[in-house]
Amino acid sequence: MSELQERVAKRWKVPKGHIYVLEEFCKGCGFCVEFCPKKVLAQASHFNDKGYHPPEVVDPEACVLCGFCERICPDFAIWVEEEGKSDAG
Amino acid sequence: MPVRAARAAPEFVPRVRHPLERWLRTDRLPHIWCSGCGLGTALSAFLYALDELGWDPDTVAVVSGIGCAGRVAGYLRLDTYHTTHGRAIPFATGLKLAKPDLHVIVFSGDGDLFAIGGNHFIHAARRNMDIAVICVNNFNYGMTGGQLGPTTPVGARTTTSPFGNFEHPFNLVHLAASAGATYVARCTTLDGRRLQKALVEALSHKGFTFVEILAPCPTNYGRRNRLGEGLDELRYYREHMVIKHGADPKEADIAPGKPFLVGKFVDIQKPTYLELYQAKAREIGGEG
Ligand SMILES: Cc1ncc(C[n+]2csc(CCOP(=O)(O)OP(=O)(O)O)c2C)c(N)n1
Ligand code: SF4
Ligand code: SF4
Ligand code: SF4
Ligand SMILES: [Mg+2]
Repeated sequence: MSELQERVAKRWKVPKGHIYVLEEFCKGCGFCVEFCPKKVLAQASHFNDKGYHPPEVVDPEACVLCGFCERICPDFAIWVEEEGKSDAG
Repeated sequence: MPVRAARAAPEFVPRVRHPLERWLRTDRLPHIWCSGCGLGTALSAFLYALDELGWDPDTVAVVSGIGCAGRVAGYLRLDTYHTTHGRAIPFATGLKLAKPDLHVIVFSGDGDLFAIGGNHFIHAARRNMDIAVICVNNFNYGMTGGQLGPTTPVGARTTTSPFGNFEHPFNLVHLAASAGATYVARCTTLDGRRLQKALVEALSHKGFTFVEILAPCPTNYGRRNRLGEGLDELRYYREHMVIKHGADPKEADIAPGKPFLVGKFVDIQKPTYLELYQAKAREIGGEG
């Protein structure tokens, strides 16, 4: 089993599915926060172990599950999952 | 705002799977690239493209050179080869000729492919070698501390052009098109599905194909040119890129502070090196 599978992610419910954030992979670049077209995300005030601020979901209702946060993330630290297509948790 | 915070409370979920995980050597993650570097986004776009193509991973081989971009080879759960500096294309050429059924993809940086490796690039394009070349152009040699490279724009500061670059840079789109590439596109790491589409087209197109991906290098290029963080470089792309398909490759120059073109520039068909070789072998009575 790979390390990625052993890690614990945060998961938020949004209207069409879920958003996952794997905080220890995040390098705080802010791309997901800035380029989410619906301003669903914000930088959390806490730090991860590397000293970066990971994103958190602040407006779940606004998420349209476009997946842009997942695509722009350079660190495989945030992704979305459509309702009914779960192969995790 | 406590009400909002309560509504947005997360759950904690173990054993999660990123949708791209099957392509990645997850034991090597997180990767070494800097915060705000565009290489991770370029890698993930490449993996979305592979996902879309649905190829058997055993039929895909990725070859990288040396540099931060060259590190891509090490993160893929695929057959990969991390060659010496500048030699990704000759290795890929040998691989393709020995195993013509493989999808051979070169993934490397502007310095690796166009400085030390420039001659290999033009001749593979000229011969229409059936490989796809993906170049992450961050306008400098990121790995070695941010030296001037063949794509550094005029006026840009690097460790070896502290007073501003005065050399004429390559326009990679024009170079690839002139040398004979049969598919040429340019995107930025901000281009999401558009970038995925260009990669899918380049990977599935027969012949020598080329995709240039403009990407931030905040640690070296960004910092020396006062472009700010990776985020600021992406904002710069958003403000300056002009999407245009079928434009003249000559118009694809990149100059600081000026609009630049992204899109598909070349999409043609012509016989590949292997097809011509086999035809010649048949002509002279060999096996081909
Ligand atoms: C023969 C040889 N010469 C020089 C080097 C030093 N070197 C390592 S990476 C690199 C440039 C890489 O630039 P680029 O391909 O743009 O990659 P980046 O790090 O920007 O992604 C150089 C000159 C080397 N490794 N081998
Ligand atoms: S899926 Fe789209 S709308 Fe939802 S958080 Fe990500 S970028 Fe924003
Ligand atoms: S894009 Fe990825 S690495 Fe950057 S802040 Fe968002 S989750 Fe973190
Ligand atoms: S030096 Fe530049 S190219 Fe290399 S990892 Fe850092 S930001 Fe990326
Ligand atoms: Mg470079």
